[in-house]
Amino acid sequence: MNQAIRNTWIAVVMLFVLCLGALSYVQFFAAETLNNNALNKRQLFREFDLPRGAILVDGKPIAESKPSEGQFKFQRVYTDPELYAFLTGFYSLTNGSTQLESVMNDELTGQSQDQFFDRMINLFSGRANEGASVELTIDGKLQKLVYDLIPDNTRGSIIVSEPKTGNILAMASKPSFDTNLLAVHSSKQATENMKKIIDENPKLSPSRNPALYNLMSPGSTFKILDLVAGLESGKYNADTMLENPDKITDPVKMSNFVDGICASKPEASLAFIVAQSCNTPFALMSKELGREPFENVAERFGFGQQLNIPLRVQPSVFPQNMTPAELAQVSIGGFDALATAMQMNMVAMGIANDGVIMEPNLVKRVIAPDLKVLSEATPKKFSTATSKEIADQITDLMRGPVKTGTAKRAAVPGLDIAAKTGTATFTGISEVNSWITGFAPANDPQVAVTIVFERIDYPTGSSLTSPNMKKILEAVFNQ
Amino acid sequence: MSELETAPVSRRNMELLLLLLALAVSMGAYYLVGINSDQGLSQEFITQGLFLAVLSLVFHVILRIWAKYADPVILPVTVALNGIGLAMIHRIDLAKISRDSDQSSRQILWTGVAMVIAMVVLWAIRDHRILRRFTYTALAASIVLLLLPMIPGLGVPINGARIWVRIGDSLSFQPGELAKITLAIFFAGYLSSNRELILLAGKRIGPLQLPRLRDLGPMVVAWLVSIGVLVIQRDLGSSILFFGLFMVMIYVATARVSWIVIGMLMLVGGGVFAYLTMGHVTRRINGWLNAFDPDIYYAQGGSRQIVEGLFGMGDGGLLGTGLGNGSPYLVPLANSDMIIAALGEEIGLIGVSAIVMLYLILVSRGMRAALGSRDAFGKLLATGLSFTVGLQCFVIIGGVTRLIPLTGLATPFMAAGGSSLLSNWIIVALLLLISHNARRPMQASLSATAEVATEAPRRPKNLKEAKK
Repeated sequence: MNQAIRNTWIAVVMLFVLCLGALSYVQFFAAETLNNNALNKRQLFREFDLPRGAILVDGKPIAESKPSEGQFKFQRVYTDPELYAFLTGFYSLTNGSTQLESVMNDELTGQSQDQFFDRMINLFSGRANEGASVELTIDGKLQKLVYDLIPDNTRGSIIVSEPKTGNILAMASKPSFDTNLLAVHSSKQATENMKKIIDENPKLSPSRNPALYNLMSPGSTFKILDLVAGLESGKYNADTMLENPDKITDPVKMSNFVDGICASKPEASLAFIVAQSCNTPFALMSKELGREPFENVAERFGFGQQLNIPLRVQPSVFPQNMTPAELAQVSIGGFDALATAMQMNMVAMGIANDGVIMEPNLVKRVIAPDLKVLSEATPKKFSTATSKEIADQITDLMRGPVKTGTAKRAAVPGLDIAAKTGTATFTGISEVNSWITGFAPANDPQVAVTIVFERIDYPTGSSLTSPNMKKILEAVFNQ
Repeated sequence: MSELETAPVSRRNMELLLLLLALAVSMGAYYLVGINSDQGLSQEFITQGLFLAVLSLVFHVILRIWAKYADPVILPVTVALNGIGLAMIHRIDLAKISRDSDQSSRQILWTGVAMVIAMVVLWAIRDHRILRRFTYTALAASIVLLLLPMIPGLGVPINGARIWVRIGDSLSFQPGELAKITLAIFFAGYLSSNRELILLAGKRIGPLQLPRLRDLGPMVVAWLVSIGVLVIQRDLGSSILFFGLFMVMIYVATARVSWIVIGMLMLVGGGVFAYLTMGHVTRRINGWLNAFDPDIYYAQGGSRQIVEGLFGMGDGGLLGTGLGNGSPYLVPLANSDMIIAALGEEIGLIGVSAIVMLYLILVSRGMRAALGSRDAFGKLLATGLSFTVGLQCFVIIGGVTRLIPLTGLATPFMAAGGSSLLSNWIIVALLLLISHNARRPMQASLSATAEVATEAPRRPKNLKEAKK
């Protein structure tokens, strides 16, 4: 019997060894993996009890942590939440954190590389790590102006940027929401608020910035890229006379805008065609050039590329291996070509800045709690989209729509403006996407402006693009 | 057995020394919880600490009087485990996450009740062999205890399992916890009496000496009881525990590996049957295999508990966050089923390994008492009781670390819950008694009771040989 007891003891020891092995695996070997698991909210819980850096616009906080008596020691508070909802995002245990609150988390919590030495000092002095503040390139006044230009009940985005640096001065979208509602501590309340926000506006997705995330048919704004491909081929210039038939069937069935000015001229100069945004000549151009130059140009301008500004920008889509018919439709911004507002703003920035696209950027600098500047943004080149000569020619062509063509309502007396409008139509739906993208002054570009309204009726859309560009430029240049 | 004879030395002074050490560890844990929380040291620290200290010392004195030769390690180890458990429960109370944030007062009260009852057991029984007279009474008691929760009005289902009895408004009790003791007494009594009978050889397959078919009866009964507990009461943990207890005891009684093989086959069969037919078992197994699948994590009754526990332990790492500095309250049931995860988070792998070692010492000392015991009943009972403690540890620690599916067994002496504390303290009392009887001088044992060692049933001793 004693032998059996000893054997039982050995079995028990083995069970305990298994336990110790399992504990060692969980707490030592797999600890790192567990800590990084997406379901793990522990890090977040710790963060919520630490002072978090502010997000600043013009030196004033638009997001800051205030001491709280609630579940955690700090409560995130947003000033003008709707205005900045898609830039700051929200910081929530229940709903996750989004936008800058998410991508700048290391800086805001004091965990970034730049704050390493402060962390070491704090480790020995026993002080809590304090997060750094993040100052944005945004101009508060301009942000307010563009936000107010988007009427409620529409889906629109406006971006204003500096072509020479890539700095973004304003980026606003509607419908927006109150980020404070999602940052409440109570998970029950936060869940209810999230549900309420989504129920009130089914087209709103609170965790996505429409200007960076929504992919839309770019319509005629895409013709800027056609011009790059065309002029680079050497077969076209501003004065080239092009066939401008009302209707074509080859390479695809297409017509110019019914009753438009295009219909008056069966043959017209490229300058006229750009100003009036005629369709058929671009379809014929695409047939003439073939798809390769177009693929090439689209790539240089950033289509299909992942970009972080530092918010993540959804890559725009330029379809590959198209048939001539499909390419013809893409040449007027149709078929499967899809672009974000940011992408079309980059197109304007590239033309404005002598063919060089500067990397768009939202963060001006990161400032430590002791006001030491930890990092300062320096302008970075994104790509050389085209040559200075081509860019200059296209700038000249883009003056046309504002002077005499589709963007006349954007004209500001005494200001040299280059812009291109766009209207993307959908089969079976009367609503369109209304676009305008351009820059001013055309001879020395200071700002690039992109406005887009999704799924809006044509007259409203066109009354919200060119006229709003005018208002923005008037405000920027004090005219 | 001669090599196991130890000199009849009482070693109570050693016990006192270890006991003071155990109390110092418990109080230390309590103190750390206090200074690391915003509350600071509370009145509870003094009262609860004193309460535990006084009770332990009284227990020690009782042992000096009635079980002088008892193992000197068992009591200190138990007090240390109980004390650390109390500190952890108090720590989770401080987080004020649950509605019921005064679990530690209740736990200290139950500790008191459990220790007093354990002392009464010591005083009343004195010699464990008396229990052998109650073999069939113990069986009847087991059946009653297991059936109690099924009585309408008395039994209440909690978290899907029907293992609770509610008396009055606030007092709920898990009679199944006591059933493991009565069942162990029954098995020990039955097997020590019928050992020779069961040893009769049946067919032989390869190296395995199979038992006779008719002797499989008790095994089948135990298996049915376990399955019954699983099906009717939906309690997977207790089911495994009862069956494991029986298997080990029949193995120790017969020293036949064939019993283990047959038992394992029945266990696997029962397990597959349960997995295929019973929703809550299927859920448990799926939650175990695919714990990190977000769908299962967020599902009702999904893997959130175990995954949060793993996150906590991973967060604690090698050294732990320190008592009071982690967030173990994020894990559901952190103070009962998941207390090992809570400890793993705050005292780290090193601390929780020390706790596992304490359990191993406790179980080993129990088995040591079994080895030294002079009668088959005592050997069987001590092995069975020690093994239940060990198996509980394995099932719960294995479950929390995702080694095996998680089942709702209580971590002995640590998890919040009166029934488990009470039954485990009674087990400790019985182990102390058996070790006392094993180590005391022979003469004393002769004078204590008339019958010396367990006598085998009066059957021809050569029956086994005759069969061969």
